[in-house]
Amino acid sequence: MHGVVDPASAILASAEQPHGKLLEVRDLTVEFATRRGIVRAVEKVNLTLAKGETLGIVGESGSGKSVTSYTVMRILDRAGRIAEGAISFSGIDVAHASEREMRDLRGREMSMIFQNPRAALNPIRKVGHQIGDVLLQHVQAEPRNVKEKVIDILNQVRIARPEERYHAYPFELSGGMCQRIVIALALACRPQLLIADEPTTGLDVTTQKAVMELVTELTRARGMSTVLITHDLGLAATYCDTVMVMEKGKVVETAPAEQIFRNPQHPYTRKLMRATPRPGIVLGDLLPEGEGGVAAHSAPAVATSDVPLLKVENLIKEYPRQGAPSPLFAKFTGKAVDPKDAIFRAVDGISFEVKKGESVGLVGESGCGKSTTSTIVMRLIDPTAGRITFDGQDIGAIPARSFAHHPIRRRIQMVFQDPTESLNPRYTAARAIADPLLRMGGMGGLRGGAALDDKVEELARMVGLPADLLDRFPHQLSGGQKARVGIARAIALKPDLVILDEPTAALDVSVQAVVLNLLEELKQTLGMSYLFVSHDLHVVRLLCDRVIVMRQGRVVEEGTSQEVLEAPKDAYTRELIAAIPHPPV
Amino acid sequence: MTAVPSAPSRRRGSGGLAATLKHAHYVISDNPVTGLAFFMLLVLVVAAVFGPFIVPHDPLASNTMSALQPPSATHWFGTDQLGRDIFSRVIVATRLDLAIAVFSVALVFAAGGIAGIAAGFFGGWTDRIVGRICDTIMAFPLFVLAMGIVAALGNTVTNIVIATAIINFPLYARVARAEAAIRRQAGFVQAARLTGNSEWRILLTQILPNILPIMMVQMSLTMGYAILNAAGLSFIGLGVRPPTAEWGIMVAEGATFIVSGEWWIALFPGLSLMFAVFCFNLLGDGLRDIVDPQRRT
Repeated sequence: MHGVVDPASAILASAEQPHGKLLEVRDLTVEFATRRGIVRAVEKVNLTLAKGETLGIVGESGSGKSVTSYTVMRILDRAGRIAEGAISFSGIDVAHASEREMRDLRGREMSMIFQNPRAALNPIRKVGHQIGDVLLQHVQAEPRNVKEKVIDILNQVRIARPEERYHAYPFELSGGMCQRIVIALALACRPQLLIADEPTTGLDVTTQKAVMELVTELTRARGMSTVLITHDLGLAATYCDTVMVMEKGKVVETAPAEQIFRNPQHPYTRKLMRATPRPGIVLGDLLPEGEGGVAAHSAPAVATSDVPLLKVENLIKEYPRQGAPSPLFAKFTGKAVDPKDAIFRAVDGISFEVKKGESVGLVGESGCGKSTTSTIVMRLIDPTAGRITFDGQDIGAIPARSFAHHPIRRRIQMVFQDPTESLNPRYTAARAIADPLLRMGGMGGLRGGAALDDKVEELARMVGLPADLLDRFPHQLSGGQKARVGIARAIALKPDLVILDEPTAALDVSVQAVVLNLLEELKQTLGMSYLFVSHDLHVVRLLCDRVIVMRQGRVVEEGTSQEVLEAPKDAYTRELIAAIPHPPV
Repeated sequence: MTAVPSAPSRRRGSGGLAATLKHAHYVISDNPVTGLAFFMLLVLVVAAVFGPFIVPHDPLASNTMSALQPPSATHWFGTDQLGRDIFSRVIVATRLDLAIAVFSVALVFAAGGIAGIAAGFFGGWTDRIVGRICDTIMAFPLFVLAMGIVAALGNTVTNIVIATAIINFPLYARVARAEAAIRRQAGFVQAARLTGNSEWRILLTQILPNILPIMMVQMSLTMGYAILNAAGLSFIGLGVRPPTAEWGIMVAEGATFIVSGEWWIALFPGLSLMFAVFCFNLLGDGLRDIVDPQRRT
């Protein structure tokens, strides 16, 4: 921190705050009243933010990073209260300010960008009007010139054709565009402080880059201070001046960005650093020192054979385009409807192979067709055209509807993206893992019993899930434990091919590191093949032998992980790689 | 389990009955009105189960000597035109009224619930057929429809149960349809498909248990409505017939005496009707709190 301030005279100090300091938080403790008593979400947090400075608050879920920023804005949940400490914002005592004063501050002096841009916008109001509302509310515009001002702001956040987009509804805009609108809303009144709470989680890497650059540029041009809350060390390293690392409600380390990455002091910071996927490392490097993971995947224990296990040829999936102009519409407007407009090709003639014992990564941004492809290969939906051959049998011809009873079903399994959503909330962990054994493992009926329990416990051991957690329901498990249950369920029948659909996207980096290592270890012991669907090339590289890059339903590049990441041939792949922020190595 | 009998690791109860009771206790102490609702339910259940054994007089024994007496120490709620003890009749009637409500709600829960879940889960033609059936039922004034059904099928208690179930069908089918449609593509349903479950099995083992809590709340709320409906039908002379003790009939019988000043004959059965409906509506709010996962932190 910058300088020592006498804590005894908190209010006095905030009044005669030295010039240049915008926000100062001292010994902030926030408590939440829950059923199990008082929980301290944030404990003795100190931070200082100078004018024009960008501060990154980094931490994993439950670290208190969001609570800290909500407290600064005084938008805490009703159950939460400031137990101790002082917050001063350009001389104002925020902790004791009246709700009326705070309402005036919020939006005009300090504003916030939320994680999910779509949820932050009113779905039934034109975006232009929403920005206009904020301007009128804070007397930044008058009804007669509000539209001009809004269009001016839309121009600043680089929305193309602002006159047209003024009349758009949030659902008509992409995720990146919505986030730009939210940024426009946040910056409309030229606040002094911007709090961005995971502003790019859920956005593609290239969109993330564009959004973050926009935020940095705008805040720099206006001399604003920014607090960037993120779980991504790489993002913080790229865009922040100072980084503050939080763990379990406490600040463990605060230092200038370059310094924290070059020379992290606290063991937790070091652990986080190690767990962040970055160029030039192997899978085992993600784990804390001394917990050496599996041997590097470059030397697989199970030799990759040349026999193709899965072969996809000219796969096509078409959907009727949503909101396509109907022939009736054409009749009234006189505009001709192109039949091409009525159909949307999610997957446009792709071909690839997965060999026995091989891991293949399927990479691309949202909407590129990677999930559709994996769902078709999984035989949950039927393709429009194309062949899918699994171990010599044409499984594409078997309708998805009746595939549940096909003997090949047990040989292709999947680990889902969201471990919470993919577990039945009313099944215990043991029941979830037992499900495939009961249905297809011949352990159903009365014969099951003890043998089934043994098998479930063995699977739990394999994925590192403590046996005493087996009787818990999903809501009683942590994210990492739920991921383990999902993996145990997928490997229960010893499948030949496992499709991993962004299995770590919803997990903290340190948990992701453990799960990725577990997946590699399981692959080596069981000799399975993986089809790894992801948007993160660095993660894919760690686990996969080969990478397929997809864009708009087509394959743009294919090759070994090494080749694709180090010498990408396609311009789009290069753009993807360049957009991934990572801490300096 | 293996041969090692100890295996203390697999503790039971972290999510079992004990936890549910604990949660229920929390909700009740958090909101005393829910506690009151449960107490009222207990009163109703005791009256329904033990009613005939605890009443002071025979509910059917008429005694013209003591006809139309106002409430007194011997006859707490007074007597009717035939000298029957109204207090005894009100208590004994609880069993019949509650039974009609419980059976009709159980029937509509099974029929409407399954039809609704199937409509939401399978979509397509199933959805269209169930949807149109609901629309058709909703197109009638519901009480008139119930009257018509009882009149057409015959004037029996069974037919009251059936009629009450039919008019409540759309409520259940629509709630179940909406909830099933949300979960149709949920991750755990996809996962169940991968583990080799057939569609019907998924419907019964994955979807149904997850929407059961919401249906329970719906059940409690329609229970009050079912009681009113049964009493209403009896009031206009359909369904239960005199001299059987039933709240609706008793109100109907008493209604003619209000003008001549004998208010107690209609008032007390009316109050007990109100008590029962009020109880189930309050219970619905409480149940919603108990099953709402957001309150389980």
